[in-house]
Amino acid sequence: MQCQECDKTATFHITELAGGKPQEVHLCEDHAREYLSNGQEDQPTAPTLAGVLAHQLAVGQTAEDLARLDQRTCPVCGISFYEFRNQGRFGCPHDYICFADELEPLLVNIHGETAHVGKCPQHSATDSAKQTELIRLRREMKDAVGEENYERASNLRDEIRRIEVEVSDKPQADGAAEEAAEEAAEEGEE
Amino acid sequence: MDLDKLTNRSGEWLKGAGPESDIVISSRIRLARNLADYPFISRATELDRGEIEKTLWEALTATSEPGELFYLDVNKLDGLDRQLLVERQLISREHADSEGARGVAIDSGERTSLMINEEDHLRIQVMHSGLDLDKAWERINNIDDRLESKVTYAFDSRLGYLTACPTNVGTGMRVSVMLHLPALVITRQIERVFRSLHKISLAVRGLYGEGSQAMGDFYQISNQITLGSPEEELIKHIADVVPVLIDYERKARDFLMKEGHENLHDRVSRAFGILSTAQTISSEETMHLLSSVRMGIQLGLLTDVAMPTVNELFICTQPAHLQKISGVELDTADRNKARATLLRRYLSKNDGASSAENN
Repeated sequence: MQCQECDKTATFHITELAGGKPQEVHLCEDHAREYLSNGQEDQPTAPTLAGVLAHQLAVGQTAEDLARLDQRTCPVCGISFYEFRNQGRFGCPHDYICFADELEPLLVNIHGETAHVGKCPQHSATDSAKQTELIRLRREMKDAVGEENYERASNLRDEIRRIEVEVSDKPQADGAAEEAAEEAAEEGEE
Repeated sequence: MDLDKLTNRSGEWLKGAGPESDIVISSRIRLARNLADYPFISRATELDRGEIEKTLWEALTATSEPGELFYLDVNKLDGLDRQLLVERQLISREHADSEGARGVAIDSGERTSLMINEEDHLRIQVMHSGLDLDKAWERINNIDDRLESKVTYAFDSRLGYLTACPTNVGTGMRVSVMLHLPALVITRQIERVFRSLHKISLAVRGLYGEGSQAMGDFYQISNQITLGSPEEELIKHIADVVPVLIDYERKARDFLMKEGHENLHDRVSRAFGILSTAQTISSEETMHLLSSVRMGIQLGLLTDVAMPTVNELFICTQPAHLQKISGVELDTADRNKARATLLRRYLSKNDGASSAENN
């Protein structure tokens, strides 16, 4: 792709999130430096997500590496790295695991740290794999319906219900057994 | 509780109460949370959004006192009502402008608001008047604990609370204190103050958050970093800086009183004069002049008007509030006339006094 300011090849692909709607900018190294330094005059030490991403991706990566990386998708929500780069938003919690290597330098840039210290949920998910599985199965069910493969959709629905029941038991493990029983009774009536 | 009732009250954030309330308008903390078993909002289907909304509202109902929270279906509100909620700082502009199933739960004191399906599935916000971060944290931490006994949050043992944007990951917490800094603006020291705040990783924004200009000399100071420090430390970081800013502002006011008393008195009196006699006036000019009047009252330069009246005017002269009060939709030109009429009514001596008493 060509730099939008000159004839050189665009090696920086910046997504500007500040002005409301995301806006894409494709620039060569010289124009990117100028572009990024202009923006930084207002907020000298506040790194923008787009700026950090552009910088991080441009260092030590060829266009081919970048293209390959861009096409990687999360098996759970289906978001590609390109889409993340473009929107600055992840598609599901699993993206943090799926794109962990690319994310690490980004976190260092934004936060100066890579590990959480502080509050943790008291009823922390012992098996978050099941929750992640639900996200994937619901997406597959939607696709199955879209393809009019209703038998598969129905099987997936049963699978989703089964896991939903399994995971919904857990947060009430703090002695609210009565409530759980009540809910179970209500479900039985339906 | 309906929206029309909100219109006639000044709301928690402009109540003008609480510690250091001459300079600190409000202390706000928000927590970003997501359900573990749904995609983030950008990948959520309308069906997902509906389920997320239902799950969270049920959890909220189960963990709060009956009648403590009322729920507004933001998707069904008209543009004016959504704008009204933005002006009252109960929802974000993004939440107002987006589409699809979404809502907000608010307590009757307008201290707590819980946005569902904003950038994250849940944004819990607690706002207290004045400088009151510790109590705000106590309250929001408690709400978060109660909710978490009913739902499973997206949480990673290494990265903490997982959020749609990696700029919020970890604690998911944004602490912000809104300050009224007119003297630092007049003495042109404000830019320097901001530069030093950026150096210690604090962000400065205007009245309505990201991208908004500093209307009425109101500035929000907040943390940029959400990962790698415990909540109490992030709060302390802000809590340590605010007294320094208060001190700067007080010194700047002292300086103006000593060195430029006549100019300052003139500025404040003119501001009051324009506000109480203008026939048409924009929202920006109103905010700008009210800022001078607010400082003038605090410095004893103005006695014609009471502080609660000024605080109320900051909110009820904003576009959506003005139209709600008028009972009809108005274009910009008509709003400017209606705003001037409202200001004259509030600031003419008799009505001003009685209006203040009503607060």
